[in-house]
Amino acid sequence: MNEQQPAGPKDTELSAEELHAALDRAWASPRGFPGWFANVYHKPISTRMIITAFIFFALAGTLALVMRLQLAIPENTLVGPDLYNQIFTVHGSTMMFLFAVPVMQAMGLYFVPVMIGTRNLAFPRLNTFGFYMFVIGGGLLWVSFFLNIGPDTGWFSYVPLSGPEYSPGKRVDVWAQMITFTELASLVGAVEIIVTIFKLRAPGMSLNRMPIFVWAQLVTSFMIIFAMPAVMLASGFLAMDRLVDTHFFNPAEGGDALLWQHLFWFFGHPEVYIIFIPATGMVSMLVQVFARRPIFGYTAVVLSLIATGFLGFGLWVHHMFAVGLPQLGESFFTAASMLIAIPSGVQIFCWIATLWKGRVVMRTPLLFVAGFIFTFVLGGLTGVMQAAVPLDLQVHDTFFVVAHFHYVLIGGAVFPLIGALYFWFPKMTGRMMNEKLGQVNFWLFFIGFHLTFFPMHQLGLNGMPRRVYTYLPETGWGRLNLIATCGAIVLGSAVLLFLINIFVSRRSGVLAGANPWDADSLEWDIPSPPPNYNYLYLPTVNSRTPLWTKTPDQPVVTGMRSDILEVLVTTLHDALPDHRHLLDGPSYWPLLTALAVGIGIITAIFTPWGITIGAVLSFIALAGWFWPLGEAIADTSREAGPPFRKAA
Amino acid sequence: MIRSVLDPAGPQAGHIAALWWFVLWVSVAILTLVTLALLLALFRSAARSSGSTAVTTPEPAPDRRAGIIVGVCVAATCIILIVFLTASVVTGHRMAQLASDQGVTIKLTGYRWWWKVEYSDPEPAKTVITANEIHIPIGRPVLINTYSQDVIHSFWIPALQGKRDLIPGNPSAIWLQADQPGVFEGQCAEFCGFQHAHMRLVLVAESQEQFQAWLDAQRQPARSPANSTAERGQKIFVSGPCALCHSIRGTDANGHVAPDLTHLAGRLKIAAGTLPNTPGHLAGWIIDSQHIKPGNAMPPTSLSAEDLQALLAYLGGLA
Repeated sequence: MNEQQPAGPKDTELSAEELHAALDRAWASPRGFPGWFANVYHKPISTRMIITAFIFFALAGTLALVMRLQLAIPENTLVGPDLYNQIFTVHGSTMMFLFAVPVMQAMGLYFVPVMIGTRNLAFPRLNTFGFYMFVIGGGLLWVSFFLNIGPDTGWFSYVPLSGPEYSPGKRVDVWAQMITFTELASLVGAVEIIVTIFKLRAPGMSLNRMPIFVWAQLVTSFMIIFAMPAVMLASGFLAMDRLVDTHFFNPAEGGDALLWQHLFWFFGHPEVYIIFIPATGMVSMLVQVFARRPIFGYTAVVLSLIATGFLGFGLWVHHMFAVGLPQLGESFFTAASMLIAIPSGVQIFCWIATLWKGRVVMRTPLLFVAGFIFTFVLGGLTGVMQAAVPLDLQVHDTFFVVAHFHYVLIGGAVFPLIGALYFWFPKMTGRMMNEKLGQVNFWLFFIGFHLTFFPMHQLGLNGMPRRVYTYLPETGWGRLNLIATCGAIVLGSAVLLFLINIFVSRRSGVLAGANPWDADSLEWDIPSPPPNYNYLYLPTVNSRTPLWTKTPDQPVVTGMRSDILEVLVTTLHDALPDHRHLLDGPSYWPLLTALAVGIGIITAIFTPWGITIGAVLSFIALAGWFWPLGEAIADTSREAGPPFRKAA
Repeated sequence: MIRSVLDPAGPQAGHIAALWWFVLWVSVAILTLVTLALLLALFRSAARSSGSTAVTTPEPAPDRRAGIIVGVCVAATCIILIVFLTASVVTGHRMAQLASDQGVTIKLTGYRWWWKVEYSDPEPAKTVITANEIHIPIGRPVLINTYSQDVIHSFWIPALQGKRDLIPGNPSAIWLQADQPGVFEGQCAEFCGFQHAHMRLVLVAESQEQFQAWLDAQRQPARSPANSTAERGQKIFVSGPCALCHSIRGTDANGHVAPDLTHLAGRLKIAAGTLPNTPGHLAGWIIDSQHIKPGNAMPPTSLSAEDLQALLAYLGGLA
């Protein structure tokens, strides 16, 4: 502790009002337009990330509608092959890299700190850096698309089609660098979430009391750390093949086209679980609240999440059955692909058991959960079908697969996500979403979804391959395609209705109060929307459903400084108080570093010197970021732990 | 019309279809049961709650019965998956039985965006090269060796067999057999760029005699022009840009980057299964193929009306 600078008051020395005012001052968001870029608090940054992800969702959804219109009738000429190939590539890349993964992570970055009872993420500036990387990567892809240099080799970008010989120009480079950006952002987010969960939990929240959503985010983050490097490696190799004439994937020079597929799917299959696991975490939270009882089989559900996390890495070859691998190897991956149905099954049975044993309150979020269970089970079953090599050889790369993965991705992730937003919107904004609109929203979404994607199963069996910009009339695929297009219009209007509901409710929704659903987890104990510092006094936890079991004299943490950005660090396993830790405050360096890295990566599309330029700029930016300012490092010494005080 | 996966015409697709129906009906049963359980759970407990939103806490005593039911469901899931796995492996094993040394061997090479089909023979002069149309005898196993000249393609005739990718630098092979005569269509199944949508092919299954007759005919060099118009057409072909890419055996045209046209008139379709093989479509294709298949490798041709007619007359005679 610096002697010249007297320590500010601790929370015990202030009344609740004074403490409130002091924390407001200490945790204030930087003001004004420039200040907007310096913000490092997890809620504003995550909110921006969620909104950005939904903008990408709307854009990519619009592309989906264009594709459906193009395919509505045979030999349609709405878009030609060049544009169509760009459209489906940008649609897939956006939905996977710029919507699904970021939005799930952003939900975690928003809710993990409030659910575990702390004030911010462990590395607030790093989180902001990740957000800007995500925005720059997404912007790169979409600006290129509008300039007609959008990538056109599919979201999987198979070599040699995406190699220098068959994709001249810069389209594929844009794709490869967009991957680099967004994977960096995901990795940063994953590190944030893991450290925050492991070290900043409220006292009493031992690992076996963590909300299941927090567990889901933890498992997902570990998956990201192991999966993303594979695709960054692959996209790096591809960029080098294209930019500096390496031959990683060029069979003529001893490279291997299949290497790409292994690297890509080693990431690509865990990727779908990276999207799906947070969604199941949301479902567990929602089921618990709307069944009005703690979830049935907490331990089984958590172990299922962890099992899914491991098994998700053992199935990538089922994307490659048609390349002709040895039969024994294929059988192994068939078995692994079927095995992963078991943890998913365990979760579904536990949710149904919870609803069965509980007293269900039917609200929009639960409707989406019910829609999720039906849709996901259907999509899971078609997934099990494709695990069987013989069936996969027939349906692989057909519309059957398009149907399947939309069932598991929209059914498995977007249904829960929309339900979760109906559920948490009041916490984020202070206002309830309109329930009537919500129910209409659900039914439109449910009907539109199945109308769009169910016919695609049949189309695939009838021989319609994926990624075709048109088809001949004599194929007989016209009628089912027309039905799917009608469904897509219904689905699109459901999404529109959801956005309208958001805007209307944001302005004039019913005031929510702290805990409108009488929910169980910690985030519902603080005002809606929560202040930047989240908790006036850091909470303690006595069960898995802390608010339902809160005692009148539930202790809170005291002894925290009120004038600086202090959080309580607790032990990994039992969340025993360990020491106080000073977090970083607002700064422009994350943005400047993101710009420096961004300039490097984007310049590298055109010249290898981009790497050098980026390295120099990043060095300057990082030097600025870490420059010691000589400020007092506040009272972070390890004490016996802060004193506890009984709440008044 | 592409015949569906569920309308098999050979043993391979037949085994797969059998597996499909088995897995499908079990899946329908599972989906029905889960959906019923979900709806019952929702309505049963919604009725019980009768508007009350009180929470069942503290955590209720562990429920043995519910635990057993969930456990049974999980066990049932495991058993069903083991059955599926067994069925899958057995089907794979059955499909592997087709391999034999009595088979017809065909070399299939993918190009953007057409298929080169070769029937090799120990006697090089008897090798047959054609495009976008495979003929096979019924009731005999056929081995298709797959190659790619450029990017990854995927060979797929839904009525006969699952897919096999054509990967550059990574040759592979697949067995199939047709048990009934017919014309089976298929389409490239791996995205291969601009005209992936129009990379189709036709497989004609016919009796052994018909197949042998077809093969013998294909071994002949191209017919000579039947009249003076056709003769002029041949000159246009051989001396013009056509011959740079296409070959017609028996003439000076021996380009190797585009489909062999030696017996063009005998084929059912042109432009890789995209257009019926009629003089009108052929004329449209020659004049402006870019309008029909944008991005394909064939440049537009400017020919006078008479020259075009002469060329069509020649090509029309290449049975």
